[in-house]
Amino acid sequence: MSESEPDARALVAGHGDFAAGLVSAVSQITGRGDAFVTLSNRDMSAADVERAMREEVDARGLEVIFTDLPAGSCTMAARRLQRERPAVVLVTGTNLATLLDFVFHTDVLAGEAAQHAAEKGRASLVVTGGAPGGH
Amino acid sequence: MAIELFRIDDRLIHGQVVVGWGQPMDLTFIVLVDDEVASSEWEQELYRMGVPPEMDVYFHTVEEAAEKLPSYQRDERRGALLTGDIETMARLIELTRSIPRVNLGGIHHRVGRTQRLRYVFLAPDEEKALRELAARGVDVSAQDVPAARPLGLNEVLSGEGNR
Repeated sequence: MSESEPDARALVAGHGDFAAGLVSAVSQITGRGDAFVTLSNRDMSAADVERAMREEVDARGLEVIFTDLPAGSCTMAARRLQRERPAVVLVTGTNLATLLDFVFHTDVLAGEAAQHAAEKGRASLVVTGGAPGGH
Repeated sequence: MAIELFRIDDRLIHGQVVVGWGQPMDLTFIVLVDDEVASSEWEQELYRMGVPPEMDVYFHTVEEAAEKLPSYQRDERRGALLTGDIETMARLIELTRSIPRVNLGGIHHRVGRTQRLRYVFLAPDEEKALRELAARGVDVSAQDVPAARPLGLNEVLSGEGNR
């Protein structure tokens, strides 16, 4: 379920291998994959996801959760968790650029780094090409 | 048009429903039938935040849903009706007798349940309830995503779908 490391600052959660895949890419690019704990919702009920997420967040004192889809069960679980722990910051729609930015901002609080990372991730979406007659 | 999907899924609104089914079926509304959610503004807001702005979500108790189902079935839009468990869907069918088919989309592990598929675990009383629905002419099948092959109830209960 997780690549838990002692220095984790955030939880990455999503469908299938979304979290493990992104964190693997972060490791390959920066060597800092240990900034994250990962969680997959594969074959889990909503209650199971929420329980697993709560355990990871509480055990490590995490204040940031990155998820994939706004409608996903991980996002739903994170929002339920936020109800009990308003200090937790949730970023949904996470992409690789988001996590890369997050791992390089260790000089600020995790929640602040997450806000910055979300902006970076949003700005990283770029479409090029598609001109008529192109191949 | 009208309601194209009657689904039992303990996650209710989530990625498989909104994106996996919603996009290919062009669903523009969801009827969520759950007595607990219907009585909680907070729960409703949580689920509303999970769907795109162009998709409407309606929350009802079983009794309300039974009353409103005919109008949803006449709706010109395409929609899905969700319940979080078999018992709720069975109550709705009992009250309306106008639900032709039920999709088992996600009934996950819990104490007392036996695994029938990767995403379907059933307790004996739940199996009995599904058999009763089938005996009444409801087409019960399991299919988590549209690309998967639908599995009939006998296939589900025999465990053949796991092979």
